[in-house]
Order: sequence, then C-alpha cells, then structure tokens
Amino acid sequence: MAERKWNREKEDDLPVYLARPGTADQVPRQKYGGMFCSVEGAYESKTIDFDALSVGQRGPRSPRSPHDGGREAREGGVEIKRAPGKELLQNLDEDESDRLLIKGGRVVNDDQSFYADIYMEDGLIKQIGDNLIVPGGVKTIEANGKMVIPGGIDIHTHFQMPYRGTTTVDDFFLGSKAALAGGTTMIVDHVIPDPGSSLVEAFDRWRDWADEKACCDYTLHVDITHWSDSVKQEVETLIKEKGVNSFQVYMAYKDLYQMTNSELYEIFTFLGERGAIVQVHAENGEIIAEEQARMLEMGITGPEGHVLSRPEELEAEAVFRAVTIASQTNCPLYVTKVMSKSAADIISQARKKGNVVFGEPITASLGTDGTHYWSKNWAKAASFVTSPPLSPDPTTPDYLNTLLSSGDLNVTGSAHCTFSVAQKAIGKDDFTQIPEGVNGVEERMSLIWDKAVVTGKMDENMFVAVTSTNAAKILNLYPRKGRIAVGSDSDLVIWDTDGVRTITAKTHNSAAEYNIFEGMELRGAPLVVICQGKIVLEEGNLHATSGSGRFIPCSPYPDFAYKRVKARKQLAVLRAVPRGMYDGPVSDFLPMSRGGGSSARTSPTKQTPIRNLHHSGFSLAGSPTQRGPPTDEAPIRPAGRRIVVPPGGRSNITSLS
Amino acid sequence: MSGYQGKKNIPRITSDRLLIKGGKIVNDDQSFHADIYMEDGVIKQIGENLIVPGGVKIIEAHGRMVMPGGIDVHTRFQMPDRGMTAADDFYQGTRAALAGGTTMIIDHVVPEPGSSLVAAFNQWREWADSKSCCDYSLHVDITEWHQGIQEEMDALVKDHGVNSFLVYLAYKDVFQLNDSQMYEVFGVIRDMGAIAQVHAENGDIIAEEQRRILELGITGPEGHVLSRPEEVEAEAVNRSITVANQTNCPLYVTKVMSKSAADVIAQARKKGTVVYGEPISASLGTDGTHYWSKNWAKAAAYVTSPPLSPDPTTPDYLSSLLSCGDLQVTGSGHCTFNTSQRAVGKDNFTLIPEGTNGTEERLSVIWDKCVVSGKMDENQFVAVTSTNAAKVFNLYPRKGRIAVGSDADLLLWDPDITKIITAKSHNSAAEYNIFEGIEVRGAPLVVISQGKIVLEEGNLHTTEGSGRYISRKPFPDYVYKRIKARSRLAELQGVPRGLYDGPVCEVTVTPKVMTPITSNKTSPAKQAPQPVRNLHQSGFSLSGAQVDDNVPRRTSQRIVAPPGGRANITSLG
Repeated sequence: MAERKWNREKEDDLPVYLARPGTADQVPRQKYGGMFCSVEGAYESKTIDFDALSVGQRGPRSPRSPHDGGREAREGGVEIKRAPGKELLQNLDEDESDRLLIKGGRVVNDDQSFYADIYMEDGLIKQIGDNLIVPGGVKTIEANGKMVIPGGIDIHTHFQMPYRGTTTVDDFFLGSKAALAGGTTMIVDHVIPDPGSSLVEAFDRWRDWADEKACCDYTLHVDITHWSDSVKQEVETLIKEKGVNSFQVYMAYKDLYQMTNSELYEIFTFLGERGAIVQVHAENGEIIAEEQARMLEMGITGPEGHVLSRPEELEAEAVFRAVTIASQTNCPLYVTKVMSKSAADIISQARKKGNVVFGEPITASLGTDGTHYWSKNWAKAASFVTSPPLSPDPTTPDYLNTLLSSGDLNVTGSAHCTFSVAQKAIGKDDFTQIPEGVNGVEERMSLIWDKAVVTGKMDENMFVAVTSTNAAKILNLYPRKGRIAVGSDSDLVIWDTDGVRTITAKTHNSAAEYNIFEGMELRGAPLVVICQGKIVLEEGNLHATSGSGRFIPCSPYPDFAYKRVKARKQLAVLRAVPRGMYDGPVSDFLPMSRGGGSSARTSPTKQTPIRNLHHSGFSLAGSPTQRGPPTDEAPIRPAGRRIVVPPGGRSNITSLS
Repeated sequence: MSGYQGKKNIPRITSDRLLIKGGKIVNDDQSFHADIYMEDGVIKQIGENLIVPGGVKIIEAHGRMVMPGGIDVHTRFQMPDRGMTAADDFYQGTRAALAGGTTMIIDHVVPEPGSSLVAAFNQWREWADSKSCCDYSLHVDITEWHQGIQEEMDALVKDHGVNSFLVYLAYKDVFQLNDSQMYEVFGVIRDMGAIAQVHAENGDIIAEEQRRILELGITGPEGHVLSRPEEVEAEAVNRSITVANQTNCPLYVTKVMSKSAADVIAQARKKGTVVYGEPISASLGTDGTHYWSKNWAKAAAYVTSPPLSPDPTTPDYLSSLLSCGDLQVTGSGHCTFNTSQRAVGKDNFTLIPEGTNGTEERLSVIWDKCVVSGKMDENQFVAVTSTNAAKVFNLYPRKGRIAVGSDADLLLWDPDITKIITAKSHNSAAEYNIFEGIEVRGAPLVVISQGKIVLEEGNLHTTEGSGRYISRKPFPDYVYKRIKARSRLAELQGVPRGLYDGPVCEVTVTPKVMTPITSNKTSPAKQAPQPVRNLHQSGFSLSGAQVDDNVPRRTSQRIVAPPGGRANITSLG
C-alpha cells in the first residue's frame, strides 16, 4: 500500500513516467564510476543530481533541472569557454594545465548518460559530479550540455609499417595526429615481424618508433608470421614481460605469412592457455593465389583484379574455419577487418551458437564499398586496395552498420595503412603487387556517428561501446580506457553531434594523396579532444606533441573474453570409457601412416621432438577439472571419471578386465 | 505370388521374359497402375492389357508398389586397408544390396597414393566383374595430385566411363589434399564435366585432436568421435562449397553425418550453389551414442568417418532435410570389417579401420524413418533412393525410372512387412550390425535385377559375376545445365585504363610472394622429398592452362584483354 502511494506521488512529481511508462523501472546507477569509483571524499558534500541521471530517458534535448538553468540557456550554443579561475590559464605548458574541469557536459558511457562535471588532474579523472570542489586556477571548459565521451580507441592501425623497403606514408606522428583530429585518443598498432625474425626484436623496434613519435597513447598487437618453438618462447615473453595480450595470425598471404590449419590449431591452443586474444586475418590464401594466377592470365592486371581474385566467399570461408578451430581449442577469437556481409553473417551465427568471437569492421567497410575498384583512374582505384577487399556490393556498409548496432560485431578499427600513389604504383602492371591498405583513423568516429547514430541504428551509448569501451574490454584496459569514471585516464572527447564536415584529401591529416571517403559529408565531429589530460584539439587546432604517447601494457586473461572461456574449460572434459580389454583375435595389418598419431609428417614446420614437448602442454586442457574441487559448476562425473581412468592409463583399463 | 504361364519350369525361355501384373508403378514424379513387360533385361512395355508372348513368367503384384531398384551411390566393397580387405567383397556386398532392394551400386576406387588411377580402376573392375551380382559403376578417389593424375582422370572420363571423382579433406598425410589442390582438382573436374565428390572433414584439426585425446588416455572408440566433432565436418563442407563456387564446379558431399554439415549444405543451396548432399544409412538410422558402449567390439563397429553424431536427434533431422529436398541422394557408405580387423585399433582408436554396414538396410531404414513417419511420400522415396542418384551420375533414365527402354531393375515393395534387423540374419559378413535390434517397416518382396528375379519369398538367387559395369558419360544435364549457364555469365573483365605514368616507388626485390607458381610450400601434406615436390608443382600451372580450354567466355575475354596483353590495355589509354 505504502509502495503504491509512493508510486503515485512519484508519478505526480515526474509526469515523464506517465508519458513513457516503459522506462519507469530504470534505476540509475548510484555511483558513476565502475570499480574505480571509491575515491575517498570524492562524493563528500556533493549533491547527487538524479535529474541529471535520468536525462537519457527524457531525450537528448531535455531541459535541465531548474537549479542549473544557466546551462540550459546556453545549450545548443557553440562550445567551449575558457573559464578563468582566479587566473587565466592560457599557456598549456604550465603545471596548472594538468588540471582541467569540464563543466556541464553530458557524460556518455556505454551504459548510460548523465549530466555531470568532470575534474581531471595529472591525466586522470579525479572527480565526477555536480558542484565539485576543485582547486583554484583550473582551466574550465564549458561544455554547454554537449556530449562528453571517452576518447576513441582505434584497435587496428598500421602506422609506419615497413613494406618491401618503403614505409607507409603515415608514421606514428602523422598517424596518431590524424587519430586525435578524429577523436581517437588511443591506437593499437600491429607489429609485423618478418617471417623468420624475432618477435621480441620487432616489438622493440616498433616501440622505439612509437615512443619517439606517437602523440597519443598506444599499445601493440604482435602478428605471428611464422611458427616454431622459438616463436613460442617469444610469445610467452611478450605476454609475461612486454604487456602484449593479442596476437594476429594470417590465413592469407600464401607462402609469406599464411599458417596451415595445424599451425593455427597449435597457436590457438597455445594462446588460449596463456590468456591472449587470437586475431585472425581471415581469407583463404590458397584459393586467392589460384584466383590471382587466373586473373593475371586473363589479362586483368588492374586493381579490379584485386577484388575479383578475393571474392567475399573466401573471407567467409576463412572466418568459418577460424571459428571452428577456435571453438575446438576453446580460445577466444577476434576477426580483424570484417569487410563483407557473408563474413559478418558467419560471425553473428557463431555468436548465436555461443562461440567467443569478436568481429571488427573497419572504417572503410562501414563507410564505402568496392565499386571504386573499377574506377578508370588507376591511382584512385589502387587507393582502395586492401585485404580483404571492400565488397563491391554497395549495400554492405549499411549491413555492417546494422550488425554493429545490434551487437553482432563489437569493435571498430580503421586498419589505417596508407601508401602514396607512387608506392601503390609498384603494382601498376600487376595488381598483386599493389601495397595494401586504406586510410580511416581520422574518419572512424565521425563515420560511425553518421552511418549508425544519425540513422537511428544505435544510440550514443552504443556508439561509445563500439568505438572505445568494447575495445578496452578486449584489451583488458577497461576501465582505465573506454570509460569516463573516477580513476580512468582523462582521454575524453567533447562531441559535436551537429558538426558537418566534408571529407577530402585536401584537408585531412594523413599524408596520403587519396582519401577513400573523398567527398563524403559526415555529421558529428569532435569539438574538443583531451588526451592524457591535455587539450589537443580545440577550435579546430591540433596541439599534438610528438613522442608524448605512452605505451600501455595489456595484461592477459581479459575478463570480457576469458570469463566464459574459463568456465567452458571446466566443462569440456573428455572422458574415456572404462572397458575390459579386448582379447579377441586381431588381424594382421601393414603399418601404414594412417592415423594422425603415428605420422611424422604432420606439421612440416616442426621437428618431431619439439612437437612432443609441446603436446604435453595440451593435456592441460583437462587439468582444471582434474584439480578443481568437485563442488565447482563442473559436473561431478569428470572428477569421478578421472579416478577410474587416469590419463595415460591404458594399463589401468586392462587391469579392469 | 509368381507363377508360370504355360509349361512349367522352362527357365531358359522364361527367365528373360517377365510380366508384372497389377502393380502400382511408383516413379519419382507420379504413381499409376499398370503392367510391366520386360525382356532381355529391358522394360519393353508398360500399360494395361499388354500383348505379350507366351511362356512369360508372371508376377502378380496385387496392387503393390513397383519401384525402380535402389541405387546405392556409395559402397566400398572389398576395399583394401593396410593389407586387410573389407569383410564384404563384391559378391557378398552386392548380394546384401540385392536383398535390401538395391539393384545397382557405385563403388569407390581408392588408389594408393603414388599409384596409377587407371591401374587401380582396372583392378577394381576385375574384382567387381568376377564377383558382383548386380550392375555397378565406379567412382574414383583422387588421393594425390599432380599432372599425371590429371591425364589419368582425362582417360578415365573419356575411355572408362567415370564421371565422378572423390577428394579427401581428411586423412592427413595419406589422402588429404590442401585447398590449392582442391581448387585445381575442381577446376579440372569442371572442365571434364564430371562431379566433384568430397569427403569433408578437416584433417588437420582431426590430427591435432587425435593426438590430444590419445594423450588424455582416451584410446577407445569414443576417442574417434571426440576427435572428430561435427563442427570439423561442417567446416570442411563449408570450405569445399566455397572452392566449388569459385571454380563453378558441381559438388557432391559424401556421407553427411551431422546436423551442422547438413545445414551448411542447405544454406549453400539456398544461395544457389550446385551442391548435393548424401546422408547414408548409418546417419539416417542410428546415432553415435554407441561409441560409449562398454563392449569394445560393438563400439568399434560404429567407427566411420565422419563419425555418427552423438546427438540422438540427428537421424530425425537428416531425414527431414532429405524429405524436404535439401539433401538429395542416399548411399550406405557400406564398408565392413570383422571384429578382428577392427581390433587392430584396440589400443588406439586412430588405427581402427573405418566403415559401417548399411547397403542392405538402406531402403528399409529410409522407408521407416521418412515414409512411415509421413515426412515423404512414396514418390520422393523413389527420388532419394534411386532417381536423383541416377540423374546426378548421368544414368537416368536407364536407371532410376520405370519407363519403356529402362533397365529392368525393379522391386516390389511391401510397406507392411516388419522386420528386426540383426546380424544373425543379415547378408553381410560382419559380426555386428549397427542397426541391431531396430525394427523397420517396409521391405522388398520381389527384386528384379537385369530382368531376372533375384529375390522372391525371401530367397536370394544371385549369380556371382553377373553384374555389368555401367559406364557413365560426363556432363550430366541434371547438374551441368546450370553450370554451363553460369560459366557463360561469370565473365570477368579488366577495366581499360590509361597507362599509369606517375612516379613509381623503388622496391627491394623481396617478393611479396603471391604467385602460386613459384611457391614450394604449397603442398606440405605431400610426401616430403623436395625433388618430388617440385615435380608436383609443375603441374600446378596447368590450372591456368585448362582454364583456357573450351569455355566460350574466355574466347570473348581474349578479344578485350588478351593474356599478357598489358600492351593492349595501355594502347587503349
């Protein structure tokens, strides 16, 4: 009774509920900040503004509560105000410039939006709330109700990538600068060791390059381009000491990077046991090689041959295969560069079946299509060359955006890897020689906003999820990155939902001559970008400092991917049937290498003794259950089973008879 | 049931002339009541009140169904395996087939890697000609790939009447082909007008899983199914469909054993791929729970690849897909081994010889699971047991239909007979029957093969060596009409552009190797010695050569952009 009364009162107070009854049960989070929120005194003498919390339910433009009507008046007005404290803080180089207050912004995380002020110091978010008590002399940004979102994380870039003696035109400075200009405050680059060379050395080389030049935080994926015992050790080192938790393998680039199915299986098993994420470049390299030869024979040498020799089926096939292997090895899978509908479909099907798989569409696949490969302008056509290729089906971007919005695809990257026209022209007579890669790091955020949010496919929270939060979770950087919370890094973007700009190579920050999104008009742009607590973009001016970017180490076993994997490991125990020994007659037979066990030819890259060492590791898959207390969720039978038939216990079986 | 007109017991005259009176003829498209008169092993007349010579043996059908004899598209009789031979040779195998209402079998020739296809083919023909008691034909398995194989395939298609070749995606290091090889084989097969069959399982993953499971101490038959999860089958089906699509080659997936593999096929068909799926008696009739049987010999009897799915709802699912047309053809995968032969793998499941029985039970199992349960009608039953197979393999309408001029391979079907399948009474030589104890409704009453009654009143009258080899022509219409239309449409064109004359970056010579010709890593599964491998590789360039052959699109292509015609392209600019 009392409750009903209370409800009625509430309804009286908040007629909003009558208007939107479906949303009445939504309970706002009491604390804003995830696991970092319990900072001493952060909430003392602060009013929790429940009106602000419920703002999301009242629509993006709902008026603020009366007591801060001042902001309301300014809302929709332009943007920042350089707020004077006691002193004006114009010079960024002084100590005080580390202290920053964003007032009146609408904080957008992946789960909710609310109005609050944000106070940052030393590159960290220190306080979130209304009426913050902040030291004097703080630079203040008046957000005027504009959205404040976590800075974007571009999970796939190739800056300064060496390619047959040349290097991509965007080095870590130009690349990360372009990233900042687009609202991305962290990039994840790929280390590509030459096949046969050391992974750790390559990693160190990339770190040198990036430390010297990057102007935003970064971390690194390492690509496994060959597989051997020494690589295994290096991978171990990278995970344990170097802060790498994601490795990419290639199913394409035959005879260069491509891995066989057996190698994939071994790598997946190995990484799955060490808590890393396996990324795959999914295309069937063998068929591509055949198709390329066929195209060249038919006299098709231009960039259209690139897409003709890599039909989307080949991408889908490889994705399917990778999903199968990952599911066999119980390893989380991350598919880089989802470029086609059919590949995306396979991923969403696999997710429906419960596989732990993440798909990464890139700016290019979300924004444009592969019809340009047929352009009469060779240089333009060549600038679209990337692998897997853009799909010639013009409905692909829309489809991928839909899947991204529905959560079937989770993260977005750019795969930014730009070459100048002269570099692309290496392949002017043979499309297989064209260096691959497209731009997209700068356009990523705006493009997704325009294609997915403006069209109503996703809301602002989902936008944050796919541009930063999910990536941070996969990399195990959450909530340091990808969230606005007390204790998180102060990588923020004030987002202008109405800003319209036209993408063109004339104004973009990349060094490439072509922009694959040329002429596209995008709504939504960053107004202010704050990276490491410093304003790097305001009023259209970039203040990037070469070398200011830090390497962010990632730890293994990200919860986002591995919680499920761990639980499954406990369940997926195989058991033998205890039988009496078969003592009937046995036929004579010729020992022919038929079964897998006896063959010495199974993995051409490995020597047999090493292999045996390695395989002893496989038995670990069973061990969690073996060790684990039977009271776990794991069914009781495996434990019981073990007692009956210990591993390697064939002699035991016979003794039962 | 049957009696003689005129003088009794003059088999010399009567045996070749046969009249079935009052039967209900069931073809795949319709059923109707008519009499059938056969002579010299061929159906001569169909209709009512036929005028037939005297001295004809008459079978009174009393309104029972008369169907085309079954065609078992997948048997492995007398198959050699590591010095052993499958328990059922061509005599016992075909005898079992006839007992179950199957009047034609298509066996698989499995050449040893390294040996000649034609020689193996001749070997199989010799075995079958001397022993088979029903008509047969042969698929040839491609167990390795090099240029010589291609020539032999050509000879087989042109001179020996073979129009289907099987490639293996499993059996790593023995039969397995990699994707490039599969691509090339499919290209060759397409140009020859044959059907590409595929044993779809990912052999690489299986090899890894087998090792893992052996390490876990699992050595019994349950390890067989644990190391070959159904995903691995579905993956390989998906991959082979992709390659078939790329090469525009018709694909036939043998032994569809799991739901997910069947789903992949059904999806591909929805997208328009020319692909056929073959569930077998075992996958339609039983499931893989028996691998966990405490009786080792029984568990081992179920070992086949891909394995029976442990999901007990699989047979039902597969029979539904068979009924709705997503799967089209049924075989038996009949390949039996004695328990003592199976026991070769008593301490290691990977050594257990693979194969299950099913040629005798096939028709009854399908009738019981599909027709009795109302999933399909009698016409569709005929379609999946014989007609579709005959169409796919270009035997139609000689086989798979009751029509004037067709072979007199018929059976009189009794839908009401109930029998319990058991190894005690079956015709196979194996000690175990995987359908042991299953009660099926529906069985053949009379079986006529080559115009002779081979089964009546439960008695088999088979003659060893009476089976004929039926040669099959390439380019079956049922399959290739669509393929031909597509290859005309799938024309690729280069874009005529001006010559790019801007600056070109200098590159170091480290090639970004993508051209297949130069590769020496392409076939890691192949026998290792390097020189041999290079020989193989030289065969690879042929994939292009055969592409040029006889397909019209390429000639038109040539005019626009001749191969090596970069000069032409530039001159257009």
